[in-house]
Amino acid sequence: MQYAKPKTVAEAARLLKDEAGVTRILAGGTDVLVQMKAGMVEPALVVDIKGLPGIREIVAEAGGYRIGACVAGAELGEHAGLKALWPGVVEGAELIGSTQVQGRCTQAGNLCNASPAADSVPALVAAGAVARVIGPDGVRDVAVSDVPVGPGKTSLKKGEFIASIFVPARPDRASDAYLRFIPRTEMDIAVASAAVSLELDGVGMVTAARVALGAVAPTVRLVEAAGAALVGTRLDEAALDALSAACSAACAPIDDKRGTIEFRTHIAGVLAKRAARIAYTRAGGQA
Amino acid sequence: MSNIHVTTSINGDPVEFVCAPDEPLLDVLRNRLGLTGVKEGCGTGDCGACSVLVDGRLVCSCLVLGVEAEGAEISTVEGMAEAETLHPLQQAFIDHAALQCGVCTPGILVAAKALLAKNPDPTDEEVRFWLAGNLCRCTGYDKIVRAVQDAAAQMRSA
Repeated sequence: MQYAKPKTVAEAARLLKDEAGVTRILAGGTDVLVQMKAGMVEPALVVDIKGLPGIREIVAEAGGYRIGACVAGAELGEHAGLKALWPGVVEGAELIGSTQVQGRCTQAGNLCNASPAADSVPALVAAGAVARVIGPDGVRDVAVSDVPVGPGKTSLKKGEFIASIFVPARPDRASDAYLRFIPRTEMDIAVASAAVSLELDGVGMVTAARVALGAVAPTVRLVEAAGAALVGTRLDEAALDALSAACSAACAPIDDKRGTIEFRTHIAGVLAKRAARIAYTRAGGQA
Repeated sequence: MSNIHVTTSINGDPVEFVCAPDEPLLDVLRNRLGLTGVKEGCGTGDCGACSVLVDGRLVCSCLVLGVEAEGAEISTVEGMAEAETLHPLQQAFIDHAALQCGVCTPGILVAAKALLAKNPDPTDEEVRFWLAGNLCRCTGYDKIVRAVQDAAAQMRSA
C-alpha cells in the first residue's frame, strides 16, 4: 500500500486518476481503516486528503455553510452558527459512534461509505445539501441524495472525491430535526431513522417540508409525499398521520437481527412524526 | 511498501520514527516507541482501550495511521503523571478502586482527562455518555464514574 498526502486538489485528483489499482480516500478513517483491517478492501493507494486547503474548515457561504470533507463530527457540534441554522444536520452527525469516533468521523465519509443506516445522511438529504465533487475532469456539484446508489456504492466515478458539503441558507422561521431508533442508548446503528426539515410562515403554517428516511431502503430515501403532507398545515394530527402513512408507504427495508420489515416500516413513520414536531418547535411554531 | 519517516510530538517530546504506510498509530506507540500504556482491545474503534489525544482531540489510535502523526501532537497516558506525582484522575482511580484487570484504564484516564478539559463539572450522565466508547468488562462502570467525579471536584477546587 502506498500512502500519499497531497497539498492541492489537482495533485489529489491526479494521484487517484493515475493509480490503476484500488484506491481509498482517507479523511477520518473510521470506516476505511476498519475495512482495511478486516481485509474487506486492500487498497494499492490511500490518499489522505486532510492536507488540502480548507478541507477541515466550516465556512459561511451565501447564507449557508460549506463544510469541508475532513471536518470531524465533534467539530460540527462545536460550531454555534451551523448548529443554530441546521440543528438536525448536526445532531445526525453527532450520533455517529463514540466520543473517540466523533474526533475523526466525517459527514463526507459517512456519505461515501454509503450505508443505508448512515446517521448523518438523512438530515443532509432533507436539507437539500449539495456535495462538491473533485475529479479528473474538474469540479461538479451533486445533490447529497444522488451520491449513494446502494449499500456500499456511490455514484462517484473513478478518481472522484468529495471536497465539501454545502448546506443552504434558510428563512427565519425554519428548522430541522433527526431521530433514529436503536435498542441501546448510544453507540449503535440505526434500525430506522427520519429527518424532517420545515419552513413556516408568520402564523405557523408549514410552507415547505422535506422528509428523508434512513435504514428502511437500500439508500437513504427522500419521501416527497411525506413532505407534501405537511405543507399548508399547522402540524395537526391529521397532517402527522398523513406524514406517517407516507413514510411507511415509502419503506422497503430488510429483515435482519436489528429489526424486522414490519417494525422498521412502522417505526419510520413514528420517528418522522416525532422529528416533525421537534423541527416545528425549533422553527418557532406553537405545537 | 516502503517505510515512511514521521516527525511528531508525543507527550511534549519531539519524536521521530519510521513505520509502514498501513501501520496503525497504536502499533507504532506500543511496538516501536515502547508506550505500552496504550492497549489494544478490539482494534476496530469499538472499545476505546487505545484512546489517545491527537492535537487535543480524543481518538482511537487503532483508527489512526502512524503516518498521520506527522506534525501532530500526541498525548498518551504516559504523559499524565508529573514525575512521581499522579494526575488527580489516576489517584482517584486508585482511591475508588475504579479498576480490576486494568486493560481499559489507560484509555479511560485519557478520555476522562479530555472530558474534564472540556467540561470541568459534568453530570454522571455526561460522564457515562462521554465514556460510552470505553468498554470495561470488570467494574460495571459505577466506580469509574465516582472516581471521575471525585477527580473533577478536586481539580475544580485546586
